[in-house]
Amino acid sequence: MKPVFLASALLATVLTGAAIAQSGAPIKLANVAELSGGGATVGTNWKNGIDLAIEEINSKGGVLGRKLEVTHADSQSNPGVARAQVQKALDAEPYVLLGPGYSGSVKVTAPLAAEAGIAQIMGGEAAELTQAGNKFLFRTSFGQQSSMPKVAKYINDELKAKSVAIVWVNNDFGKGGRDSISKEFAKYNIKVAADLSTEAGQADFAADVSKIKAAAPDAVFVYVNEEESARILKELKRQGITVPLVGETTLVGQKVVELAGDAANGARGHVGLTTDAPVELIKAFRDKFVKKYNYVPDHNGLKGWLAIYMIKATTEKMGKVDSKGFADALHGFTITAAKEPGILMDATFDANGDIDRQGFLVEIVEGKQVVKQVLPKLNN
Amino acid sequence: MSNLLDLLIAGLATGAIYAIVAVGFTLLWQTSQTINFAQGEFVMLPAFLMLAVMHAGAPFWLAILIGIALSLLLLGLGFKMLLVDPMLRHGVLPLAIATMALAIGIKEAAKQFWSAEASPFPSIIPGGDITIFGRVVALQSIGVLVLAILAVLGLTTLLNRTSIGHQMQAAAQNPTVARIIGVPVERMILLTFLINAFLVALASLLITPIYLAKFSNGEVLGQAAFIAAIVGGFNQVRGAIAGGLLIGVVDNLSAAYVSTQYRAAVPLVLLIAIILFRPQGMLGRPEERTV
Amino acid sequence: MTAAKYLKIGFGIVVIAALIIVPMNFNRYGLFILSQWAVMTIAAMGLNLTLGYAGQVSLAQGAFVGIGAYTAAIMTSNGLPLIGALGVAIVLCFAIGWILGYPALRVQHHYLAFVTLAFSTLAFLVFRNEDWLTKGIYGISNIPRPELFGYPTRRPLPFYYVCLGSLGIVSLAVWWLIRSPWGRAFIALRENPVRALSLGIDTRRYTLMAFAIGSALGGVAGTLYAPLTQYVDPVPFHLSLSLDLLMMVIVGGSGFFFGPFLGAMIAVLLPEWLRFTQGYYLMLYAIAVILLLIYSPTGILGILDRFISERRTKAASAQRAVAKAKLEVTP
Repeated sequence: MKPVFLASALLATVLTGAAIAQSGAPIKLANVAELSGGGATVGTNWKNGIDLAIEEINSKGGVLGRKLEVTHADSQSNPGVARAQVQKALDAEPYVLLGPGYSGSVKVTAPLAAEAGIAQIMGGEAAELTQAGNKFLFRTSFGQQSSMPKVAKYINDELKAKSVAIVWVNNDFGKGGRDSISKEFAKYNIKVAADLSTEAGQADFAADVSKIKAAAPDAVFVYVNEEESARILKELKRQGITVPLVGETTLVGQKVVELAGDAANGARGHVGLTTDAPVELIKAFRDKFVKKYNYVPDHNGLKGWLAIYMIKATTEKMGKVDSKGFADALHGFTITAAKEPGILMDATFDANGDIDRQGFLVEIVEGKQVVKQVLPKLNN
Repeated sequence: MSNLLDLLIAGLATGAIYAIVAVGFTLLWQTSQTINFAQGEFVMLPAFLMLAVMHAGAPFWLAILIGIALSLLLLGLGFKMLLVDPMLRHGVLPLAIATMALAIGIKEAAKQFWSAEASPFPSIIPGGDITIFGRVVALQSIGVLVLAILAVLGLTTLLNRTSIGHQMQAAAQNPTVARIIGVPVERMILLTFLINAFLVALASLLITPIYLAKFSNGEVLGQAAFIAAIVGGFNQVRGAIAGGLLIGVVDNLSAAYVSTQYRAAVPLVLLIAIILFRPQGMLGRPEERTV
Repeated sequence: MTAAKYLKIGFGIVVIAALIIVPMNFNRYGLFILSQWAVMTIAAMGLNLTLGYAGQVSLAQGAFVGIGAYTAAIMTSNGLPLIGALGVAIVLCFAIGWILGYPALRVQHHYLAFVTLAFSTLAFLVFRNEDWLTKGIYGISNIPRPELFGYPTRRPLPFYYVCLGSLGIVSLAVWWLIRSPWGRAFIALRENPVRALSLGIDTRRYTLMAFAIGSALGGVAGTLYAPLTQYVDPVPFHLSLSLDLLMMVIVGGSGFFFGPFLGAMIAVLLPEWLRFTQGYYLMLYAIAVILLLIYSPTGILGILDRFISERRTKAASAQRAVAKAKLEVTP
């Protein structure tokens, strides 16, 4: 044990020595994410996205000539543990804090990062996160408050549905989506014909689908994770439900198509961020990711990657590594893919830390995602 | 009313899986007072073993055989010799806690050495649907149900109709007397661990195409099987079977007719009610060893 | 013998002083972890009362921590004092424990374990589904930390002292309880229920009492958990917390007064120490727990106990040998 330890310590000294000789001390980032427990899949994707981006940036000389370095800590998908780990990360004074992905864990940790004056780039999607006036919190994806209006508008304008069944997974992701879309439906006077909560990891959707059948809605809104999406699509087909099925990234992703086969045909949804987006840079990202990790990432992999490129672009804009000025520099900043290809699509960050970007409406046709409509940025 | 048939079939198919897992549970309890909190993880693991063998280039049928063999070795023999044997004489609880830790270990190992992603898993039952009595039913549901029933029938035949089965029952009911009349009690206990390992491997093979191979699969399954075993009667194989089927059906019916948010609650209320009115479980026999 | 007693007292004073003084220059992370340890120790002490002293398995201690945490979160968010929440949580958990235990203990054996298993999942579902009360899956955030005698405890160090002080008070209370006639009755129950019954102890009432008091201590831990984390959602109070607490009691040494202290230390601190192994830390933690239990199924204090009793037997047999020699010499 001891020689190994000594050797690695020696190696570490040599490596850091080399790094310093080359280009100044590395820029330290800290990531706290759900690496075990219920959110392990989310957190692992996020972590892998981060690692991939850092590897690429470092191989091209780093940011302002300095390498990026990240520590990963596991929150066990538990807000209490997340709080401890974020505190530990902040005690080490990182340049920027990354994560967590669960909205609950973000709520616990955001005040700590704000108090330390360190910007936090996170993966949570709950609407309220960026509405509490925190000046240090940034999203990497659309919050539900900006994606759900688009879905509701589509259901009202294009599908002309008067009653909709909502199927959602009963965790903070699913509940948040369900609450946001219900609010939008109320504005359009769309009736919620059935409101079905499901469990994460649920295998049997016979009961849920038979309830949908009994409610006979004009459309079904499905907001559950990819694996459950595939299962419910199969069950919907089996029980002969033919009304339009609408969802988000988690209903129309490539993974769902692979798992559900034929049953995925006809599913449509709003896609804010997906590895299947018809954008060359995203396809290239996906290939790099698959090459390194041997699986197709979900949108959390993309979020982790984007977080790192947000840091790169913002730091280069400031021209210096300034932890205190970071949040100010990112507010109101538009990162263009032309200037920073790593951001994949042009993105603007507003004063709340929300992201604004193009979106797509897609439909699965014969096992392929077909873009039906490109939704422009909200503010140009 | 027409829905009811759909719900029943789907519920029975899920319940059949719970039943297989619950039977193993009760077998271990009967013969060696082992409460295995890692039973769910035991179901999760064989699929990963099979995937790993396939990854190494073996065809599916060979992967199944090797997977079952590995599962007998690790989850049967290894589990008994390394964990149960040294701890058993110190009572039920330390061993139960050790199996909790084992559950964490297996889960983390599957995540770390394989992936946190759900991996697809081939099915031994052809996909697609068939029509029975005008209802469209997944072939997989029927297949799972049939195979589970066959496994359970095979097991009860073994227990009730063969001499080994009788010896096993004797070893379970009264090891001291069994030993006196010449039953090789130790070997019989080992046999139940091997049967349990085989059952979890079978369950793994049947459910993973539906659940996908994922490190967290065991959490839901283990708990469902535990509850099924209690509802049916912790000390009877046929009780565990009935309990498993009942939980599967009740879960579906309560989601359809009570509340989807509280679907998991109904079987638990049932459990409490059974403890109140029939503490030995539906088909269990009262335990004689009270105090 | 008295020397050993002084040694024990001296050791206790050193440990307590260390717990007060050493954390003064800890960073926020260290203080948070130590506070967590204190809170979990309180919950585990409650379970130790149920399990270690009265011999009943409860799989709902985590749910009682949850009830306490939600009580504190809801009441203090509405401007009520934490001390009031503490009272409500104690009464609530005690009452629920009593109601749960009453029918289960009618049939003795592992039925309390089964009923509490069901209860802990039911409690989780209620926390998650009853939005109007618990804010459901979103959880309750910005839970204030209390003011004690006019001092705010918002900062990590003062709040650590709140947790440590509470642990001290609970320890004293439990110490007193197990030395009271009640406590002796609990132990009598565990050692030999039939004999206890024949001695005129109303076994069911005492078992029930031990379980209800143990559950109430879970509630106490919960009322500290809420202001410590300053956020409460249903997920941390799932069955796994109950199992973790059970693990703490067994690993520390069930039935030993200091067992929960050590058990909570293993469960809270060991994973933190192992974090340098990155993705492997929980695996190593699990292996460590298994090995420990194989080595000593009676927990850490079981090792110590075994060691001490071995020494005593040795000493006793040495004395016997001496006495025997004397006897043989005399005639």
